[in-house]
Amino acid sequence: MDIKISTKNLNLYYGQNHALKDVNIEVEAGKITALIGPSGCGKSTYLKTLNRMNDLVEGVKITGEILLDNENIYDPKVDVTILRKKVGMVFQKPNPFPMSIYDNIAYGPRIHGIKNRNDLDEIVESSLKGAALWEEVRDRLKKSALGLSGGQQQRLCIARAIAVSPEVILMDEPTSALDPISTTKIEDLMSELKKKYTVVIVTHNMQQAVRISDRTAFFLLGEMVEFGKTEDLFSMPQDKRTEDYITGRFG
Amino acid sequence: MKSSAEKLSNNVSLMKKKRRPKDAAQQFAIYACAILTVVILFYLLIYIMIRGLPNVNWEFLSTAPSALNKTVGILPSILNTLYMIGITLLIATPIGVGAAIFLNEYAKRGKIVKIIEFTTETLAGIPSVLYGLFGALFFGVTLALGYSILAGAFTLVLMILPIIVRTTQEALKTVPNEYREGALGIGTTKWHMIRTIILPGALPGIITAIILAIGRIVGESAALLFTSGIGTNMPTNFFGHMTESGATLTVQLYTYAAKGQNEPAFGIAAVLVVIVLVINLLTNYLSKRFSNKSK
Amino acid sequence: MNASMTIIGGRKSKTVLEQTMKGIFIACGAFAIVAVLVITIYMIYSGAPAMFTIGLKDFLFGTEWAPTAADPKFGILPMILTSLVGTGITILAGVPIALMAAVFVSEVAHKRIAGVVKPAIELLAGIPSVVYGLLGMIILVPQISKLEMLLYANDPTHTFTGGANLLSGIIVLTIMILPTVVNISITSLKAVPQEYKEASLAMGATKMQTIFKVQIPAAKSGIITGIVLGIGRALGEAMAIILVSGNVANMPALFSSVRFLTTGIVSEMSYASGLHREALFSIGLVLFIFIMVINVVLNTLLKKEAAANEK
Repeated sequence: MDIKISTKNLNLYYGQNHALKDVNIEVEAGKITALIGPSGCGKSTYLKTLNRMNDLVEGVKITGEILLDNENIYDPKVDVTILRKKVGMVFQKPNPFPMSIYDNIAYGPRIHGIKNRNDLDEIVESSLKGAALWEEVRDRLKKSALGLSGGQQQRLCIARAIAVSPEVILMDEPTSALDPISTTKIEDLMSELKKKYTVVIVTHNMQQAVRISDRTAFFLLGEMVEFGKTEDLFSMPQDKRTEDYITGRFG
Repeated sequence: MKSSAEKLSNNVSLMKKKRRPKDAAQQFAIYACAILTVVILFYLLIYIMIRGLPNVNWEFLSTAPSALNKTVGILPSILNTLYMIGITLLIATPIGVGAAIFLNEYAKRGKIVKIIEFTTETLAGIPSVLYGLFGALFFGVTLALGYSILAGAFTLVLMILPIIVRTTQEALKTVPNEYREGALGIGTTKWHMIRTIILPGALPGIITAIILAIGRIVGESAALLFTSGIGTNMPTNFFGHMTESGATLTVQLYTYAAKGQNEPAFGIAAVLVVIVLVINLLTNYLSKRFSNKSK
Repeated sequence: MNASMTIIGGRKSKTVLEQTMKGIFIACGAFAIVAVLVITIYMIYSGAPAMFTIGLKDFLFGTEWAPTAADPKFGILPMILTSLVGTGITILAGVPIALMAAVFVSEVAHKRIAGVVKPAIELLAGIPSVVYGLLGMIILVPQISKLEMLLYANDPTHTFTGGANLLSGIIVLTIMILPTVVNISITSLKAVPQEYKEASLAMGATKMQTIFKVQIPAAKSGIITGIVLGIGRALGEAMAIILVSGNVANMPALFSSVRFLTTGIVSEMSYASGLHREALFSIGLVLFIFIMVINVVLNTLLKKEAAANEK
């Protein structure tokens, strides 16, 4: 088993609020790990600790360790920009920049120092292909990204994330704002993505977790209750609370 | 030069912080400009206060300028300013609020609304020196008001109208549509609905508009120089004074400064800064209360 | 309740009140239109005749302004150019400073510091322009005078201005428009959706890259609106600069005593008569035309922005 990210005794506080309690998870390389649980359970908060997007929230305090390839990402010496280049993120609501499709994708490579036009063209094309969007937008790369449909925008955001060649992609309920057809497209895309990237996805949709993920972690009230192979967790949950949740008794 | 592939390579440790000279330069620019702005602004404020406040005492506030009594008081200017505020608001508030009600409650989106909004913007953009010219011609000459507080106030009505219309309009927009539907749904007539539901709901906004307008009136000079003039006589007749020339505080400040009498000029400047401060505190307070309420 | 009441008619008195009130509101709404029409007509009516008496070319392109000479000259080119050059330099100098200061308040500064700086800037936006003029006259002009002495010490052809010159005017104008541009830029930066910032940071962009490559471009239309308002303010300002710019109708040069369109009107209105007075109204008309052009531009921008926000 090849561990990409390993979380050890992670605690997170928003001021007085103890939002994550002693979380331990090992994310396997090249697999899709799903985080499920009722809203407010801490699954999104945990996801955001993996590329330190929680740093933006005021008053956050974190203890414990998160190791990315055996380097503690909360070490004071860490350059957060390198971390976030390695660990990319796709958000719940598609959030393309108010720029052209091309510039959206090229944004990441440009900030990481790539200026050569041919290289950028190449990255834009391969990223859009990687997000299964190339055929739909190849003729309108210079048009505003805001003119795309919601599903296309979300795939654009995936393309934008992979344009900087990350190792890990975090997805925060990426299909919750989309229609069923767009959702299917993105789910299909995920199985392609895991060939090259390690994926961690938060989803409120248990069927989605079953369909796409290899490992699942169940969160409740800031605790990671159960973590295991997806088929095991859904077929024979070890914890009573997990069972209650997946059989729809609450949440 | 590194190749592009190398630049995106993940073969780097997280622990090696990148050097970013461009970021540092940008950050420096931001701090430098912010500090420059803040230093200038605070320096000016403090300068006005230090230079001006020592001139402000009871005699300064309570006497008229007189060579005979050797006083440089600003009481007439204070009274003229109050006259100017009173008359201007008395005319401009009903018209401005009325226009806002028309735009928000009666008019349908279309040409008329566009023209009214455009002309209101235009009024807001005309510089005060041109209002001065227009006021001198129209109110001073055509309506034969000469140099008088009335001519000045009429001129200012045009100038502050946009502030009242826009601020009131914003306030009307925050009154929820459910209130309107609720009132009309039980058979209220439109005017009754406006009078009993809309106007009370928009009242804090209207008051904010009035306070902003007061700020503008107090600060105005170019539009008044050739309309209400530079008179500094004490009013002898309450209504008669309106037809006399009268300098507001700001105009009086200008005439002192132009004559090189800097100390009373700074005294007035300090008084004006205090007035502006009070106005800003009031509007901030109101808009905070207002936004809490509408949540 | 009267069960036999019909819903048709029967409420005449109420209808009369309704109609009256509606009429009053329409009249209030129309007031702005009438005001702009009357102002425009008066501006043209009072300003146009002198232009033609003097001759349009002599008026607009004449370089000499000597209205009270035995052979009066009414050329306002120096004033037009001074206004344009003065406004231009003011904007070039003021906008970058104001934008950076706005970035500081909205993105960089600690909340508590921003909580002090922002009200202070608002306070300065409300200070009457005459006060800026007074401060310029007392604080700035003597310093500029020293600088002038230093620079032109060995130049016998230079006419010394005692510090009251275009440079002083521009500095006062720049400080005056700062609060306006800063305030509007802060508002438009704050209106940029938080999601853009998150997306950029999540890709490994630094805070500075995010500010300069995402947030400022996204706030562009609002910032431009602020700049156009600043141009209008600088072009139309009179009282702040009349005390510091020397007031001689020279061609614009930093260390020349100059007269702007606005100060040209103010400085002679009180004693001008006849054609001289009419010529001042003509200057007013020229300024009015400049301002109307800016208003139209501003209006177009605002509409564009409103349309963009509705998306």
